[in-house]
Amino acid sequence: MEVVDLLGGVLARNGLVTAFAFVGLTVWVSYFLSNRLARGRVHGSALAILLGLVLAYVGGVFTGGDHGLADFEVLAGVGLLGGAMLRDLAIVATAFGVDLGELRKAGSGAVVGLLAGVLGSFVVGAAVAWAFGYTDPVSMTTIGAGAATYIVGPVTGTALGAASDVVALSIAAGLVKSMLVMTITPFVAHAIGLDNPRSAMIYGGLMGTTSGVAGGLAATDERLVPYGAMTATFYTGLGCLLGPSLMFVTIRALFG
Amino acid sequence: MVIYGVALLSGCLIAGLFCGQLLGRLIGVQANVGGVGIAMLLLILVSDRLRKAGRLKPVSQRGIVFWSSIYIPVVVAMAASQNVVSAIEGGPVALLAGALAVGLGFALVPVISRLGGPRASGQAPEDGP
Repeated sequence: MEVVDLLGGVLARNGLVTAFAFVGLTVWVSYFLSNRLARGRVHGSALAILLGLVLAYVGGVFTGGDHGLADFEVLAGVGLLGGAMLRDLAIVATAFGVDLGELRKAGSGAVVGLLAGVLGSFVVGAAVAWAFGYTDPVSMTTIGAGAATYIVGPVTGTALGAASDVVALSIAAGLVKSMLVMTITPFVAHAIGLDNPRSAMIYGGLMGTTSGVAGGLAATDERLVPYGAMTATFYTGLGCLLGPSLMFVTIRALFG
Repeated sequence: MVIYGVALLSGCLIAGLFCGQLLGRLIGVQANVGGVGIAMLLLILVSDRLRKAGRLKPVSQRGIVFWSSIYIPVVVAMAASQNVVSAIEGGPVALLAGALAVGLGFALVPVISRLGGPRASGQAPEDGP
């Protein structure tokens, strides 16, 4: 099977280019399914992200690695395309052409949303942890941080010296949140009034998971992405700041 | 030239990430505090200025618009390289904590939208997809 080896070599050596082609194909299949099977009721981009997650699951099962599809040698470039560097570049680019007037209008609502989102996630996550028998303050805070985002979780857990299985759980909680936000947002957008820049900023601050918010808004109305992504990017910073400090001290005072 | 737009975008990201890192260091957190958000604000301000002054030609803008329009594929690639297996195997604690946090967030969107600020909820939905 020399031909297959040759092809594999070409794909692996040109990882990023392979990723462009592969992701393009994935998106095409998703839009095809969206048009044909769902008759456009499920947006193609939501299906594409869902398909991405399914592929990541398949990759994880087959390779036993932590990076989904990117653990296949020929698809390592998917990890680069979806990595922090290009993701941040693309996120920032979505801000191009944003109306500053709309940003100012969000004002206090966005700040209230941010605080309620961070604190609310901590409380909910810590309560679930407690209910399942993780009753020490370090584990409660770490899992609470994971309910904020899968970045706040491990950052807080590391700062507090949490056990590694608890840190893994916090990452999983954040991933579940991100996946749910990505896929559910288009279905509930109308019911919660998510149709203008101001509510998009409040939503971004409440949810906080940048990937989930951006993915969810992209599937709802692409024009709202920069507004939600903007507040969401401040959420992780706020969570990393409050988690190992205010939240831990409060939880320790109540349950320590 | 297209590269001018890409360079402007990249410069804003680098500057924002640097500020975020600096901010994290100042508060003593090992994290990039709002770096991407700062970069977005920078891009909005700088590109608005340049466009009004006629210094950002449509050709140069294409360099930014490309990255903006490649956003969904980048999110798909990101989703495809997550550790989904551990999220599912992480047990009911992770599922429940994540799901309840999402539920709370969705429930609070209309509540906080109504608090203070201008009445934005009365706006008619535009031609959404």
